[in-house]
Amino acid sequence: MNHTDYNFAYLDEQTKRMIRRAILKGVAVPGYQVPFASREMPMPYGWGTGGVQVTAACLVPEDVLKVIDQGADDTTNAVSIRKFFEKTAQVAVTEKTLEATIIQTRHRIPETALTEDQILVYQVPIPEPLRFLEPSEVETRKMHALEEYGLMHVKLYEDIARHGAIATAYAYPVKVEGRYVMDPSPIPKFDNPKLESPALQLFGAGREQRIYAVPPFTQVVSLDFDDHPFDPSKAPHPCALCGADDSYLDEVITDDAGGRMFVCSDTDFCAGRREDAP
Amino acid sequence: MTPLLDVRGLTKRYGARIGCLDVSFRLYPGEVLGIVGESGSGKSTLLNCLAGHLAPDAGQVVFDTRSDGPRDVLAMSEPERRMLGRTDWAFVHQNPRDGLRMRISAGGNVGERLMAVGARHYGDIRAVATDWLGRVEISETRIDDRPSGFSGGMQQRLQIARNLVTGPRLVFMDEPTGGLDVSVQARLLDLIRGLVRRMGLSAIVVTHDLAVVRLLADRLMVMKDGHVIETGLTDQVLDDPQAPYTQLLVSSVLQV
Repeated sequence: MNHTDYNFAYLDEQTKRMIRRAILKGVAVPGYQVPFASREMPMPYGWGTGGVQVTAACLVPEDVLKVIDQGADDTTNAVSIRKFFEKTAQVAVTEKTLEATIIQTRHRIPETALTEDQILVYQVPIPEPLRFLEPSEVETRKMHALEEYGLMHVKLYEDIARHGAIATAYAYPVKVEGRYVMDPSPIPKFDNPKLESPALQLFGAGREQRIYAVPPFTQVVSLDFDDHPFDPSKAPHPCALCGADDSYLDEVITDDAGGRMFVCSDTDFCAGRREDAP
Repeated sequence: MTPLLDVRGLTKRYGARIGCLDVSFRLYPGEVLGIVGESGSGKSTLLNCLAGHLAPDAGQVVFDTRSDGPRDVLAMSEPERRMLGRTDWAFVHQNPRDGLRMRISAGGNVGERLMAVGARHYGDIRAVATDWLGRVEISETRIDDRPSGFSGGMQQRLQIARNLVTGPRLVFMDEPTGGLDVSVQARLLDLIRGLVRRMGLSAIVVTHDLAVVRLLADRLMVMKDGHVIETGLTDQVLDDPQAPYTQLLVSSVLQV
């Protein structure tokens, strides 16, 4: 089959229109989970079907696409989604954060500061921040509607009671524009401060059929206690490759004798720094 | 004196069947009202209608709110009613599993209502939780244990602490001693009686156990088939029952 048999960016125009409506509603109500009719995609749930649909609905032929998975451009998920859009939309792709107009991401926000001309699309497994505390969807929707978020703090209380500090290290709950409590997808809490960004941020959950958004320059506050303030922690090391001491690090096991190294999880950021170094 | 709760003509039907019919009563501050009757007499339906868990078909439930004085609870907006449900009201379930979060520590269970009304200081929340565990005779060392590891009596005491921590003025209790053995029941009743008297709480206690109302309640309402058939002071109703059904109920109690 020739790739021109696909509509531009795989989805048909009616579907993209439906998704764009959900995105617009999400932008109008920051942090609110908008239900949408998620489609079957040619990849399994959990591989980013929500993010792919949002990206497909946003793409125009002039776009430059970057896809990252856990900060890296060259992991399976990132490569296959990038190939998918190269084939179905013939858009230009890049690994450089600054050159991209749309960045689809899983588990990270790029280290390089984003601009007003960029859209960041997140893949979200479980969009409901209250899900593991309250199993009923009817009840969680009511809690969002009535702004009853005490339960979220019960989770943080449990963390401190059990571990002495807020042990939630990823998918750290945030309050958007003083209203909705939102799950920022499983990004490390190190990335939470970067959620206040000039770029448009869109979140797509394919299996759970929800889209939500954080518009540019929206206030995003990480929840905490007065006497246990939010701490965007990271491993206390510099990157072993580029020497950066302000980026989020992956711990890589190098042998079976306890050898390990800490390297930037953002591969583009790390490579860029090494190129620039004299 | 303004009644704390003024119930007028409360009716709930389940299709053609009657849940409770035209129930009216007044509850004054500091008073404990017992509702007794056999299974299916409508006492739980009545309690759930009062507490806002069920929507009645007719009637008014006027509560003397702290800020605006007497207001019909049923005409309030849902956020207001839910706010009332976690500040001035408390509901103690028969089965502690319905009223507790079993996967959250005892301290978290007690602290939940505080956090729900805006407490954001971990140290303060924990101090209050510790204090309340002490008041319901649960050792401070159990504060980080989950209620699933507690005995039935401890779970019920924890549920009471969790409900009373925000200093409610009205407590609904549905068979608070159900499912507990008699010695544990006796201690729990003692505890509830002490807390109610000391905090000046008003309470509505639904039970089929006449011994419970004898100990706790100032006044008694006897229900049968959805109707209130007799009301009066507890001792008066129990010692000199007028309605035939109440006479049957009182004479059915086993004497040891």
